[in-house]
Amino acid sequence: MKPAPFVYHAPRDRSSAVSLLGSLPNAKVLAGGQSLVPMLNMRYAAPDHVIDLNRVAGLAGVRIDEHAVEIGAMTRQVDLLESSELARRLPLVAAALRHVGHVQTRSRGTIGGSLCHLDPAAELPLVALVSDATLTAAGPRGERSIPAAEWARGFMAPALAPDEILVSIRFDLRGASGYGFHEFARRHGDFAIVAAAVLIELDGERVARARAALGGVGPTALRLGALEAALRGQQASRVGEVIGPALAALEPVADAYYGARYRRHLARVLAERAMRDAIGRAREAPR
Amino acid sequence: MTNPTTGIGAAVERIEDDRLLRGGGRYLDDLELPGLVHAAFVRSEHAHARVLGVDATAARQLSGVAAVFTTDDFPQASRGKRMPQTAPIPALTAAVSTMHALATDEVCFVGEPVAIVVAASRAIAEDAAALVAVSYEVLPAVTDPRRALAADAPRVRAAAPDNRAGRFAAKFGDIEAAFAGAARVIDLEVESHRGGGHSMEGRGAIAAVEAYSGKVTLWTSTQLPHTVRRHLAAHLGLEEPQVRVVAPDVGGGFGPKGIFYAEELALVLAARALGRPVKWVEDRREHFLASVQQRDQAWTLQVAVDPDGAVRGVRARGTNDCGAYLLYGLLLPLTTVVQFPGPYRWGALELELDCVFTNLTPTSPVRGAGRPYANFVIERAMDAVARTLGLDRAAVRARNMIPDDAYPYETGMRTPAGVPIKYDSGSSRACLDRLLEDAGWAGFGERQRAARESGRYIGLGLACYVEDGGIPPFEGATVRVLPSGTVLVRSGAASQGQGHATIFAQIVCEVLGVPLAQVMTEAADTDAIPRGVGTLGSRIAVTAGSSVAKAAEAVRDKAIAFAAAHVGVAAEGLEIVEGAVVVRGAPARRMKLAEIAAFLNGSAGVPIRPGFEPGLEATAFFPVPAPTYSNGSVAVEVEVDAATGAVRVAECWFVHDCGRMLNPLLVEGQLVGGIVHGLGNALLERMVFDREGQPLSTNYGEYLLPGATDVPRFHLRHIETASTRNPLGVKGVGESGTIPTPAAVISAVEDALSVHGAVFDRHPLSPEDVLAATGCLQDPGKAVRPDERRREASTALHPETAR
Amino acid sequence: MSDAVRIDLTVNGRAMGGAAEPRTHLADFLRQELRLTGTHLGCEHGVCGACTVIVDGRPVRACLLLAVQAAGCEVTTVEGLAALDGPLGDLQAAFRRRHALQCGFCTPGMLMTLAALAAAQPDADEAEVRAALSGNLCRCTGYAPIIAAALDVLEARRASSAT
Repeated sequence: MKPAPFVYHAPRDRSSAVSLLGSLPNAKVLAGGQSLVPMLNMRYAAPDHVIDLNRVAGLAGVRIDEHAVEIGAMTRQVDLLESSELARRLPLVAAALRHVGHVQTRSRGTIGGSLCHLDPAAELPLVALVSDATLTAAGPRGERSIPAAEWARGFMAPALAPDEILVSIRFDLRGASGYGFHEFARRHGDFAIVAAAVLIELDGERVARARAALGGVGPTALRLGALEAALRGQQASRVGEVIGPALAALEPVADAYYGARYRRHLARVLAERAMRDAIGRAREAPR
Repeated sequence: MTNPTTGIGAAVERIEDDRLLRGGGRYLDDLELPGLVHAAFVRSEHAHARVLGVDATAARQLSGVAAVFTTDDFPQASRGKRMPQTAPIPALTAAVSTMHALATDEVCFVGEPVAIVVAASRAIAEDAAALVAVSYEVLPAVTDPRRALAADAPRVRAAAPDNRAGRFAAKFGDIEAAFAGAARVIDLEVESHRGGGHSMEGRGAIAAVEAYSGKVTLWTSTQLPHTVRRHLAAHLGLEEPQVRVVAPDVGGGFGPKGIFYAEELALVLAARALGRPVKWVEDRREHFLASVQQRDQAWTLQVAVDPDGAVRGVRARGTNDCGAYLLYGLLLPLTTVVQFPGPYRWGALELELDCVFTNLTPTSPVRGAGRPYANFVIERAMDAVARTLGLDRAAVRARNMIPDDAYPYETGMRTPAGVPIKYDSGSSRACLDRLLEDAGWAGFGERQRAARESGRYIGLGLACYVEDGGIPPFEGATVRVLPSGTVLVRSGAASQGQGHATIFAQIVCEVLGVPLAQVMTEAADTDAIPRGVGTLGSRIAVTAGSSVAKAAEAVRDKAIAFAAAHVGVAAEGLEIVEGAVVVRGAPARRMKLAEIAAFLNGSAGVPIRPGFEPGLEATAFFPVPAPTYSNGSVAVEVEVDAATGAVRVAECWFVHDCGRMLNPLLVEGQLVGGIVHGLGNALLERMVFDREGQPLSTNYGEYLLPGATDVPRFHLRHIETASTRNPLGVKGVGESGTIPTPAAVISAVEDALSVHGAVFDRHPLSPEDVLAATGCLQDPGKAVRPDERRREASTALHPETAR
Repeated sequence: MSDAVRIDLTVNGRAMGGAAEPRTHLADFLRQELRLTGTHLGCEHGVCGACTVIVDGRPVRACLLLAVQAAGCEVTTVEGLAALDGPLGDLQAAFRRRHALQCGFCTPGMLMTLAALAAAQPDADEAEVRAALSGNLCRCTGYAPIIAAALDVLEARRASSAT
């Protein structure tokens, strides 16, 4: 299983990377390689050009200020996991990262790579979506911001123009939310069959704001608008009642291994577990 | 004389390990030869199709390509000359059961080799393979073994009259009387699915032809060097000494490397045509497509019982999916049939097993071979008896079990040659009793109730087995004392990690007293020992081990006789201590084995002592009269997450008897490895094909193997009841762990969910299957079969967006 | 190989170099160009872990890293765990004691994952050892002796650093 031949480029700065991407036909960007290289090895992808971003200056790193955490797209998953500051500020991201692949995957995998690959069950696109993160793309015309809700255009299709790269992701820290993250996978480190991420802000014992999303039930991660609306204003002790009806209309995909009925059931179970965790943490959150 | 730390029975560390731990293994792909070129295969994309033409023009023109060969380039492997059937038996009735080295007019499974491309590197060979244009006329494919015998089923081969590969039937006792007098008759449908071998090293071979002599050398990652040599020589029209087959270090075998493959033959033909050595290394996708695997056996049974759970008789009808070709005959379903009735005494049995072709990957033994299928049927039946009659599952097994004083025991079954099957010795009851104690069987009900009260579902499952091992006819060994005093052991036994070199050294140490470091082993080379069979069916300790012992004893006796004559002492007054013949009671009077060897190797002008043949060596081919029979019981404790259907295997108790253990450390390694393979079969491993026969499970993201977080805590216990069929008293153990584990796991899950009335008679169990049985899914009904689901969304890799 | 590039890197403490096409992954470069055949290929799609090596202090799958990407890096392979004629390292010796290898094919990858774990998490407990090993498949041993060997070494290292 050896790749088809390609020309390799290792630009050193962002503008070279962008201009290569814009000028080379049939080119693919190489970040962590944990998704692309298997596809090259299996010849599911046969680009003529590979543009390696690993030597581009300034694409990795974490900046934390009072209101937001900004993460460079080429930041390695292992570096995010090892950051206690990140765990404190973005515990949902830290929780999700523990499920991403295995130790070897995280040594090389990047947050940007995962967000651009957009596997329907992947953890990082799910938490970006539920957190209303903002993604920044850079192209020949400069930078632009893309809200997470608009990031996935379709199945494994991010809202990047063919000559753009993702440069950073910004998570807003305003509002004290409790988080919950649950996924079900067959073995440790496997792709999730279904994953649920929930953020809850409480006002006393009432839900002031709820954000909830699922991975693995459709072509992209899915925000659960109906559930969020049903939770708003609810008594924290009664949230269990709204989940079933809010998810009744969910029509998950089926594949050769798991059916739609099972995914819908898992979605309810995991969303409920994530919701209860989020409420528990919201109660403990300092004001 | 026995050295308790390094002789027979010692848990000694392996002598193989140092080199392997340092990265000094020499596996097939590590071997290099001058002028080596690399091969890739063009393989069928269709499950069934006519091959209309193969156009290799563009491929041949690619820079770096040495050649592209199709069937027309190899007349002696082309039309009319299929691969040999390595195991023909009367039950195999199909006229055609094997493939050509490269496909001729027709392909019958996705992955069947069509052409071989040879180039300067594997990467270039794959570039060229992509340029080979094969035109196919797609034909209907038979993909469901249960419908393969229907009159209107598609034919696996266009010219085949039907899809029948063969049929087995067996019976004993008076089945009519058994059913007529039964208190209850229980109906069951049982399905087992197994999967691939998935040794971490795939197949691979290097073929080289010596220019002047025409001698063919094939280095190949095989379990059967002599069998491969025999068939290769016959096919090429060469004498056996003109063909040498060598297995290097082999990274796991498990059955799929116990085959003479089309790729090996094609590689040799390519090397002959090119006059250069050619290497082929199987990649993982090829392993999924074209290494043999196992798949489905489906059984329907009626079990006639007395009120106390004694089984009066069983009627069983099964179907075995053979795949597109039988690369090792019907060994797999045959092995299933002869397992019945396992460790039990049933009054009567009437059994039929239909073996059918499908246009899917060819099947052949994978660790356990057909034994796990039979065990699953037998053990689900025993659980069904217990459930139906309201009896304890262990009590039902004990009621039916062969008592420990009944050996040797004739089961009522016969081999295909008509020989009655007789267990040599056994301890099934002792193992069961001990297991129940170890696993806390009696107290588990209380633990289960307490867990239920806190919302947890735990279950304990049980299965008992008999394993036939030490399969006849023989595996030979030569033991020779070298001038340095080192003892050389040459054996036909090929190793794939079992530690044969260590146990042979332990045997030599036991008999000749030399330290382990002074024993060297050469194996798996047809030039080193003239005949052999192969490593499969848990046989090497019995066969080769016994030959090593016999040969070492002959060396010992000769050394003592020589020393007696040389020193003028009666042989009874001599013994071997630490590699020297010494006078009993006067250890200063000694002759080292090296000295004796030196005398017997001769020097010019000096006659050899009268009455002695030259050389201090002996060769033995211990003839095994019949298999040995190991037995045991396993209990598995699981916890089921009733919300997700996840099954966690928490504990595993295994009490077994494989006769005398040559090295307990190695025995435990075989057991634990086998048990984990069985866990994979129970819960994780499934080969999924679509309706057109396209394999969908072709990578490790979709086909799941157990990992380090999936394995329980193990509690092993050994009982040793010697075999009567070999001088060492050993029995096979390599497959013991795999055989009963799926049944025990499924029994445990069923036990955990018994409050929901869950019944599981199939494996693997997915979390969805588990939930369907609890009624937690909205619309319970039947569990959905994989081939009924459409593949709509791929959670696998997608080309456009990967980074 | 008209588009082969020169790649220089440090392997097991020594400066080494060779040529490879950009499409050649690090595992093939180590095995074929540098003749370090201890690193093995089991799947080439990033699951089995047999190809695990340590690059700049982190365990990575050598089948998913292009050799050109490793230029200038410090790579440790199984051959670097013990001198050629020196004693086995403590992980290797523990594997031998516990019979944590049978065919030996997955073993180099297991050793490198554990070497990295022991360096990064010297206090790892059994659950963390199992999680760290979840990216390395073995078909022979059933993992139990590998986990036991790892725990032996972690405990021994903690004990010797405490004295």
